[in-house]
Amino acid sequence: MSKVLVIAEHDGTNLNGSTARAVSCASDLGLDAIDVVVLAADGSAVAEQAAKISGVTNVLLVQNPANENAVAAFLAPQIEALAADYSHVLAPSTTFGKDLMPRVAAHLGRPQISDIMRVESSHVFDRPVYAGNAIATVEAPEGLVIGTVRTASYKAAANEGSASVETRSVEVTLPTHTRFVELASGGGGDRPDLQAASKVVSGGRGVGSEENFKHIYSLADKLGAGVGASRAAVDAGFIPNDHQVGQTGKIIAPDLYMAFGISGAIQHLAGIKDAGTIVAINKDADAPIFEVADYGLVADLFEVIEELEKAL
Amino acid sequence: MKILVGVKRVIDFNVRVQVKSDGSGVVKDGVKMSMNPFDEIAVEEALRIKEAGNAEEVIVATIGPKACQEQLRTALAMGADRAIHVQTDEEVQPLTGARIFKALADKEQPKIILLGKQAIDDDNNQTAQMLGALSHWPQATFASEVKIEGETATVIREVDAGLETLSVDLPAVISVDLRLNEPRYVKLPDIMKAKRKPLETMSIEDLGVEHVAEVKVLKTVAPAKRQAGIKVDSVAELVTALKEKGLI
Repeated sequence: MSKVLVIAEHDGTNLNGSTARAVSCASDLGLDAIDVVVLAADGSAVAEQAAKISGVTNVLLVQNPANENAVAAFLAPQIEALAADYSHVLAPSTTFGKDLMPRVAAHLGRPQISDIMRVESSHVFDRPVYAGNAIATVEAPEGLVIGTVRTASYKAAANEGSASVETRSVEVTLPTHTRFVELASGGGGDRPDLQAASKVVSGGRGVGSEENFKHIYSLADKLGAGVGASRAAVDAGFIPNDHQVGQTGKIIAPDLYMAFGISGAIQHLAGIKDAGTIVAINKDADAPIFEVADYGLVADLFEVIEELEKAL
Repeated sequence: MKILVGVKRVIDFNVRVQVKSDGSGVVKDGVKMSMNPFDEIAVEEALRIKEAGNAEEVIVATIGPKACQEQLRTALAMGADRAIHVQTDEEVQPLTGARIFKALADKEQPKIILLGKQAIDDDNNQTAQMLGALSHWPQATFASEVKIEGETATVIREVDAGLETLSVDLPAVISVDLRLNEPRYVKLPDIMKAKRKPLETMSIEDLGVEHVAEVKVLKTVAPAKRQAGIKVDSVAELVTALKEKGLI
């Protein structure tokens, strides 16, 4: 019997939406069962949420005080102990999954398929390379497949399941060489999570300053949108790092993406190519962002935001 | 204390990559090659740790064909003390790369291994984590700040939720993110000096690393292109279009 194990991403209270997207990818494998494992200090609430994801057979709840924060060096040995029962182990390709899964794979002596965007068969997958400027079809060697799922390529599985939750104890010795110190949140406030938001308003270097970003936030709040940024805007200190969209930041697929003062470097475009509709506002008519935008407007971004806010 | 830094030769980040029409890969002939930008940040960080008096030697290493020595020379010109070239004409994937770096670490006994968080060619983002696993060392990935204090490193990591701080015992593997530092410019006299710095060449077999089953690339194609849309002339026109689509 072939089964896939999906590693749940969560913050101790809430299941991250990337998990249901990884389950969608797991469903495409067409195997006998999809299990989700919740590794937490006290994870029953998260496990209940995971049990509702459509298509999930069992939720395994592994509780250990060391799982209070997602530290790869602690989580990896526990996942390795569980992996023996599975043909595939998947996690979302977020910073959580990117940090964790290669550690699991190497311990098990397996290569990893990063950023799965399409399942061709149980061992053949499509994945982006060169910042999405090429798509490689790759074949994993026979045996256990370890992979991360490019969440922007998958819609979240529905929330209509009723999987059973099973508490599992995993006996492994955890290392003492790593200590979690703190997590400083970037301060997105109550705005929608960038990776889950159906609308995203994004600013680039053209916004000009941290102060000016208030116009971006204001429009985003009017639209109920998440806030994104280009690398240039983050590098310049206009906005915290967790808003960065692109090859090395977040890969997103909102229904509507509005780019203000973003020129559109290939590295940025890699993060938005799955967006439903892209709107670009830039003073420079030759900005590369216009090559991918569904609607382009050559204009001063501040004037446009002002007019937009009036029109909404 | 020694620091080992991994560098990779990749297509320069400014090049618009072209996919070959026969599906066999991307065009590399006549294309500008450079050090992976993340690796340049890793070299810079190693040099800064040394300059702060927290390390004695910075060793840079690469895996690949003869031409990779160009990137090692660049790292030496930046200020690394010596270089190791693990020469092979085969494509080396992360798991083998990590095994090679594990063998180098066994030989050189560094206290810190610094690697770029991902190479901008295959975008795998795996090698540092795999090396951490194989060595049973701690890992601190996606670093935007590294502080060395005695036998520990305090690392601020760029994660989706914000900035996470980890404290790890040395030896440790650290993978670096974009905002860790700005790599220095190499000056001409340094390039001349780098030519005389030691560069050792060895094979994968010399390190006793055996072949493991890896991922096979079956084909490489160009992505589906987004169709360029239309230019609108006014905000009113934009609002009408978005309303029609039910987006606002």
